Amino acid sequence: MALLEIQDVSRRFGDFTAVDRVSIAIEAGEFFTLLGPSGCGKTTLLRMIAGFDLPDGGRILLEGSDLAGRPPEQRPVRTVFQSYALFPHMTVAGNIAFPLRMAGTPAGETPGKIEEALADVRLTGFGKRYPHELSGGQKQRVAIARALVTHPAVLLLDEPLAALDAKLREEMQIELINLQKEVGITFVYVTHDQTEALALSRRIAVMNKGRVEQVGEPSKIYNFPSSRFVADFIGTCNLLDGVVIAAESGTVTVEVEALGPVRATTTLGTAVGAPGAIALRPEKIRIESKSSEATPDNHFRGTVTDFLYLGDVTVYRVSTPSGRKLEALLANSESGRTKFFETGDTVEMSWPADAGHFLDS
Amino acid sequence: MAARPEARLGKWLVSGLPLLYLIAFFAIPALIMVLASFRTPGEFGGLSPLVENGKIDLNLESYSRFFTDSIYAQIFAKSVWYALLTTFFCLLLAYPLAALVAKSGKKHRDLLLLLVILPFWSNFLIRVYAWMIILGPNAALARSVNGLLSWFGHEPVPLLFSSFAVLVCLVYVHLPFMVLPLYANLEKHDQALLDAAQDLGANGWQRFWRITFPLSLPGVYAGAALVFIPALGIFAIPDILGGPEDSLIGNVIKQQFLETRDWPFGSVLSIVLTVAALALAGLAAWVARGNLGTPSSGGDTRA
Amino acid sequence: MRRRPVALWTAAFAGYAFLYIPLVIVVVYSFNDSRLNAEWVGFTFGWYDKLFHNEEMLTAAGNSLLIALVASAVSTLLGTMAGVAMYRYRAKLLSILVLTPIAIPEILMGVSLLIFFVMLNFTLGLVSVALAHIAFCIGFVAIVVRARLAGMDESLTEAARDCGATPFQAFMHVTLPLIMPGVIAGALMAFTLSIDDFVITFFTAGAGTVTLPLQIYSMIKIAVTPEVNAVSTLLMLLTLALIVIASHLTPSLLRSD
Repeated sequence: MALLEIQDVSRRFGDFTAVDRVSIAIEAGEFFTLLGPSGCGKTTLLRMIAGFDLPDGGRILLEGSDLAGRPPEQRPVRTVFQSYALFPHMTVAGNIAFPLRMAGTPAGETPGKIEEALADVRLTGFGKRYPHELSGGQKQRVAIARALVTHPAVLLLDEPLAALDAKLREEMQIELINLQKEVGITFVYVTHDQTEALALSRRIAVMNKGRVEQVGEPSKIYNFPSSRFVADFIGTCNLLDGVVIAAESGTVTVEVEALGPVRATTTLGTAVGAPGAIALRPEKIRIESKSSEATPDNHFRGTVTDFLYLGDVTVYRVSTPSGRKLEALLANSESGRTKFFETGDTVEMSWPADAGHFLDS
Repeated sequence: MAARPEARLGKWLVSGLPLLYLIAFFAIPALIMVLASFRTPGEFGGLSPLVENGKIDLNLESYSRFFTDSIYAQIFAKSVWYALLTTFFCLLLAYPLAALVAKSGKKHRDLLLLLVILPFWSNFLIRVYAWMIILGPNAALARSVNGLLSWFGHEPVPLLFSSFAVLVCLVYVHLPFMVLPLYANLEKHDQALLDAAQDLGANGWQRFWRITFPLSLPGVYAGAALVFIPALGIFAIPDILGGPEDSLIGNVIKQQFLETRDWPFGSVLSIVLTVAALALAGLAAWVARGNLGTPSSGGDTRA
Repeated sequence: MRRRPVALWTAAFAGYAFLYIPLVIVVVYSFNDSRLNAEWVGFTFGWYDKLFHNEEMLTAAGNSLLIALVASAVSTLLGTMAGVAMYRYRAKLLSILVLTPIAIPEILMGVSLLIFFVMLNFTLGLVSVALAHIAFCIGFVAIVVRARLAGMDESLTEAARDCGATPFQAFMHVTLPLIMPGVIAGALMAFTLSIDDFVITFFTAGAGTVTLPLQIYSMIKIAVTPEVNAVSTLLMLLTLALIVIASHLTPSLLRSD
């Protein structure tokens, strides 16, 4: 049985449906992420798990029992707020002690637990400081320590790293992963940053307009997106629209507009004649100046129209004579060279069938 | 949030207690006053019994008296006129003060603002009394003014117990109410707008009249409301500093309630004053809503 | 500041002078050894001395103090509740009843309360004055508390509840400490308003009860002596002290926000 079960949950605000019949099962000890653009309902869903909002339909079960009717203070669920929400009139130790006080922990045990919590987030010795004396990253950690000190069943994190700068964010991401492994508590993480989601999570639920589009492990979501939205939202993706002209088990051949026949894999039982799109990640396209010996499944010639030098990689925009534009990505792994191709170069693009994933739009 | 019985009880208690108090000591007295305006005066003043000989004694006599006897309309008009003058002169005096505080650096700003507010916190009567001293017949001001007048063969003019005294004091007492909203507005003005105007060739007066003043209008309206409405109902100032000609509607109300003791008629006058005050307050609020665009970013819309 | 427009400074200075000169004159003449507030004769503490032996004045001062203490205590309690209700629960009716007494001329409240008390056969005296003061002070406290709540971070109360606090505990441990400066400022303001109130007290005090402003009024109307100056000066000092304390607790009280 899953630890946290969201069953058919909906939330409406007047005419606007923020969460639309969402069902998710989160396992104990998972780092689970709700990923989506602003307004997709992920924060609303999080607040319903915490108890700050009530669903209009469906139920939320924790360890098998329905959370309905239990206000936030009675749920073994803790939240790390986006603004940290540290009590400014209490010290760091006071902040961390607060949930212990509310739970009626004997006074003798409290200092020990506070020390333990501070050690967990590597802030030993910060007990006497006040929140306004801390940096953003430190406040973040105190917020996490406060949330973890009573060993809740689930920890909810609402875009906790959004306010940090890029470098600090990366460090905190690694710390979060390690922390979660150490304490073993289930994390439910909300973010709109797909790279963050891919990096941190064991599983991701991609949300859009109140619905869950896909749930799965990061690599599965990345390589086998189940809808155009997911393909587009996660990383960059070439979407090749066309009609199925041949189908065998697991593979289809699609007549792609302005390109030609392309072979791709599929998990759907699609019939010939069905429209759809192939999702093809740029890094999966191999580009060379001359065709190599091996003949892969898909092979097209084109001209480089633009490129974007991004330091570690370069993105190339290639246009075929028939008018199809594709994006390909090459790592700049050879030292001394910033790019391999110039605008106007003729290149050979190729990729195997299993690099592309067919979606029925 | 989960609506548990205890939470709901808390909510009812927190909003309920003050609500009950204000209903008891504000709303109900107001309703009683409305009722009183339809009753007849008692034999020895006050109100005569509501139910007499099994009949409820309600009539429109006091109202018809108000609307037929023109003297009350005249006094009302005079009160409006005095309030208008007060508002105008307050605006004139308050504007430079507010502008100065708004222009000042952070350090001085709070102090300058405090200095404007401080006199307000002294007792109202003290402020009236102070003008009694200044305008007194033996004081320096009166003597020099009259000395000057006698030079031109004019008779001595009493400064005290005159409309002049009443007006000066009205302005004096209400000035802080005009400064504060004006300051709040001017503080948000973007200096860049004025710089741009100057760059385009506008001189000092033009910059003020065409940019600063129009943008400050929401503050002007707010200040005007805060001055005009209380000034309309004032009675202590004419009572202490005014002559017999300076009775305003507030004085008449006081007179009706405490001297003549014709309470129904006093209530009628009060209701007319209340309606006027509420209408103006409503107008001010409506204007404020329409003028929510302060010079910089959007206003705070939290209730 | 780049340029200092002379015209603005002189006009503003004139404004400040206009505000303060009358008060300065009152204070100065309280030490004047002359019955008439006309010209300076000599320095004396005599008027203060007379003041402290003036039975009526002392009773009036005592009454004012008592009423102010009671009124500020009760109105702070009710006003804080009202401020919380207005902010958290958006109580419409309460907002109207809280804010209207402040928007209308004072005489209207005085007069309606007079009728009210008399109709109930309630003797006019200290209690009626206190009840009246509470009614108009609630609004001021509510406004200050509401402003303070608006400036507070909402997520703090949520965080408290998330940490296991009931709504009541969240209020007591988190909200109240954070709005306390506003509550105290509101209390001080209510105290000052009560001590200084003239109009409403005038109508609700009845014949036998005198507060300090009422005493000053009768002295002004009947027999003016510089004792009035003396008591005025003392009142101003008291108010000044209270305001300084209040502004230390809530520096934002004076700012436009």
